[in-house]
Amino acid sequence: MSMSNPGIPSSTEITEISFENVKKKQRVKSFTKGMLFLLPSIVLFGAFLFYPLFKTMYLSFFLTNARGETTVFVGLQNYIEMFTSPIFHQSMKSTFLFVLYTVPTTIIIALLLAVLANEKLKGIGFFRTIFSSTMGISVAAASVFWLYMFHPSIGFLNQILSLFGVESIGWLTDPKWALIAVAVTTIWMNLGFTFLVLLGGLQSIDSYLYESADIDGAGYFHKLRRITIPMLSPTLFFVITVTIINAFQTFGQIDILTQGGPQNSTNLIVYSIYREAFTNYQFGTASAQAIVLFIIILIMTIIQFKLGERKVHYQ
Amino acid sequence: MGYIELMDISKSYNKQRNVLNGIDLQIEKGEFFVLVGPSGSGKSTLLRMIAGLEEISGGTLKISEKIVNHLPPKDRNLSMVFQNYALYPHLTVEQNILFGLNAQKVDREIQQKRLEETAQMMGLNELLKRKPRELSGGQRQRVALARAVVSEAPLCLMDEPLSNLDAKLRANMRIEIRRLQKRLGLTMVYVTHDQVEAMTMGDRIMVLNDGIIQQVGEPIDLYNKPSNLFVATFIGSPKMNLGKAILEDSNLIIENVLTIPFEHLEMPKNLKSRNLVIGIRAEHMPYGDENQQVQNVEIVNVEHLGNETLISFEVGTELWTAKWLGQWLIQVGDKVPVHISVENMCFFDEDTGNLIQEATFTHKQEVVRR
Amino acid sequence: MTMPLSKKIVFYSLLIISALAVFAPALMAFVMSFMDNKDIMTGSLPKSLSFDNYLKAFEQFPLLKYLFNSLIVSVVITIGQLILSSLAAYAFVFLEFKGRDILFFLFIATMMVPFEASIIPNFHIIRDLNWIDQYPGLTVPFFATAFGTFLLRQNFKQIPKELREASQIVGMGDFKFYLKVVLPVAKTSLVTLGAYGFLTSWNMYLWPLLSTTNDTVRTVQIGLKQLQTQEQLNDWGVIMSGAIIVIIPTLILLFLGQKQLQKGLTEGAIK
Ligand SMILES: Nc1ncnc2c1ncn2[C@@H]1O[C@H](COP(=O)(O)OP(=O)(O)O)[C@@H](O)[C@H]1O
Ligand SMILES: [Mg+2]
Repeated sequence: MSMSNPGIPSSTEITEISFENVKKKQRVKSFTKGMLFLLPSIVLFGAFLFYPLFKTMYLSFFLTNARGETTVFVGLQNYIEMFTSPIFHQSMKSTFLFVLYTVPTTIIIALLLAVLANEKLKGIGFFRTIFSSTMGISVAAASVFWLYMFHPSIGFLNQILSLFGVESIGWLTDPKWALIAVAVTTIWMNLGFTFLVLLGGLQSIDSYLYESADIDGAGYFHKLRRITIPMLSPTLFFVITVTIINAFQTFGQIDILTQGGPQNSTNLIVYSIYREAFTNYQFGTASAQAIVLFIIILIMTIIQFKLGERKVHYQ
Repeated sequence: MGYIELMDISKSYNKQRNVLNGIDLQIEKGEFFVLVGPSGSGKSTLLRMIAGLEEISGGTLKISEKIVNHLPPKDRNLSMVFQNYALYPHLTVEQNILFGLNAQKVDREIQQKRLEETAQMMGLNELLKRKPRELSGGQRQRVALARAVVSEAPLCLMDEPLSNLDAKLRANMRIEIRRLQKRLGLTMVYVTHDQVEAMTMGDRIMVLNDGIIQQVGEPIDLYNKPSNLFVATFIGSPKMNLGKAILEDSNLIIENVLTIPFEHLEMPKNLKSRNLVIGIRAEHMPYGDENQQVQNVEIVNVEHLGNETLISFEVGTELWTAKWLGQWLIQVGDKVPVHISVENMCFFDEDTGNLIQEATFTHKQEVVRR
Repeated sequence: MTMPLSKKIVFYSLLIISALAVFAPALMAFVMSFMDNKDIMTGSLPKSLSFDNYLKAFEQFPLLKYLFNSLIVSVVITIGQLILSSLAAYAFVFLEFKGRDILFFLFIATMMVPFEASIIPNFHIIRDLNWIDQYPGLTVPFFATAFGTFLLRQNFKQIPKELREASQIVGMGDFKFYLKVVLPVAKTSLVTLGAYGFLTSWNMYLWPLLSTTNDTVRTVQIGLKQLQTQEQLNDWGVIMSGAIIVIIPTLILLFLGQKQLQKGLTEGAIK
């Protein structure tokens, strides 16, 4: 009696065929629904990201008129010119130097601040707010602040120098110093974001790790090196790549502080693209530079995904 | 014709190994039907196929004589209670209860009327304005039930609705759900992994293991006549004692250590010269007195349950447990006489695990029918 | 466990010194914005503080107009991002359909394309659409965001699937479920993303610089650049008052939502 088998009706085959139809229809319906939800994003990504990217590649093989319309196909000529141009060499050199100046410094300072701000002290919230505040300060405002700091006569930095009897520095006019000045501004601007992310990483470390270290009698710096830094590695990794990518995309500081000068020493790649395209109207060579930028960022992102997945231990 | 009919239903995820195989089943109208089995056996999958939340890979499903394989859940006229209750955290109890009626655009007045009735019935009147996070586990459970009740769907599906409650509350809710189902005349399909819940609540029970139906029947039948070794050990607590056995002369030799005479009983022919596994329930091994044949066993563990005592002893490689009424002051290591009789034994085929012959004794005495 | 007093003193001194160092540029700008130009030029300490610079900034520049434009642009971008990324995240979490994984990869791929690398054709598109000096030109290109989609996706994934199933049983469609359940339940992460979106749009620089040629829709960031380059007398007090006005909205937002943002950033980015 237990395994009652009520015999399958002979109509099963017919009904099964119609089930297949229904299933197919449902599949089409769920596909349509999914696409409808995604369509707005896909359309906009297509129009303002993917299509322009391919258009950039296309443009990079042409000469253009001032309206950006293609005139003559020149093949790889734009690339050849670009790679032989001393100005572009200077631009690439400055860009990589800039990355080198800003990334490690930003992260080290932000990490120190985050470690400080992770202590459970009274009023720590106030300090956290201060440390993260530069995230709310726009490029334009930050650049204006530092424009004053770097001012040759009344600027704060040179005033301090003169207190010590040091000769004033042409922060923004001396090719030796301009890139450093822009880097300092950038480091300051990025501190807030980097600090906030690192603090988040620190706070997600389980406190029992520290408690057991306390029981073992480990000192402050021992704990920092043996627990904090290793446990923070996924966050650090993320922050490093984001800061590098950001550094390659620097524009606003340059536009306000130096306009790429003096002697092209701060003509970083995005500024170079901007100048080539929108003041020289050389859209072809500008596009070739944009493709270089794209490839650099692409490599960085792929590294982030590839290494990130393996090394980073997700919580 | 049953109210729900499953014909040769099977299920596979992503074209892999079947999670359910050849499920044939009828559930009657107004029946409290329990699906029980260990975790991972496919109970939820089966229930969700009935609900329409999971695509049916093969076979036919009928609800009230209509094929519903292709219908979405809302066209199957049923309600469902989930293990985690699935209450909407941003809505009040009232809004949660009315959620379905709102979605179905039921008239406001009717909504209010049904809300009042349901809240009254489930004792939720005081809680209507609260959010789910302001409720205790038991109260959330009630709201989930109220949501099923208010829908007035004739079929209610529940997936382990009590497993998040503590033991005492669970016992209360069992009775309450049972009463609710009878009172509203619901057809209930109830999933649980807890055999006690299944035994105490179900009109009929289906035991599922590894995607295959093991047995379908009334609780008592499952207990007395488990159709295979799986059901024998799954249903009942403590579980049925098992031992390998063979027939020799007119004796039954269990695990090579116990020799039990058939006495005046006739030896069934179908048991001869096969490898057997015998099963005997704990309560069928009483303290042996002089008039009976007894086995002297050494106690390895004693558990006092209050008015009952569990005594464990070794039979070959198996650990058997006997349940004696009353409080027995026995020490581990004591030797005690136990009456073990063939007439209380179920016989299974060792190779297939299937029941060959049920215990004969139970027919005579224990079942009280009125 | 409480810290010994000596250690506390060390920590507080470090905190105060670094807070001063970090905040110094903004603090100086803030003080300067109330200072007389003579005091600034001679580098002396402020002798008197007044709102004159602010009045001048508002008089000489259409700052209010800029602020209004920035507000419109930021709010529109924020709303657009919230709508588009919540729709997309819903599809990735609650809908199952063929091609979903490919589309998900497409979203990841967008993170590899910097906006700056496609800025030339983008400018031409906007120009050809006659969207230069128009709000749509400043906003529409930023509606779709992979970061926002991922952040919301992480959050939607924490909504129990049973909620959707319970709504399916009563016959509620996907769009209604998205509106009535998912959005309200995920309110906090929507607020986080909204704050982040507002912050970044308010601070946008390169694109508004390109796509505005006059004051009609020019945002306050570009306005600040105008202020800085056109201020012939080099009146630092006025420039700084402009800069302070620019940062006040975002600073307030940051102070209010710092905890939320911190959580959101770590969630959307790292997990
Ligand atoms: N969505 C799914 N995809 C793949 N396998 C699944 C899915 N859901 C359940 N399973 C598998 O189906 C089997 C039965 O699961 P389930 O019905 O949830 O069991 P039960 O409810 O009895 O514990 C399990 O082995 C489980 O791993
Ligand atoms: Mg289950």
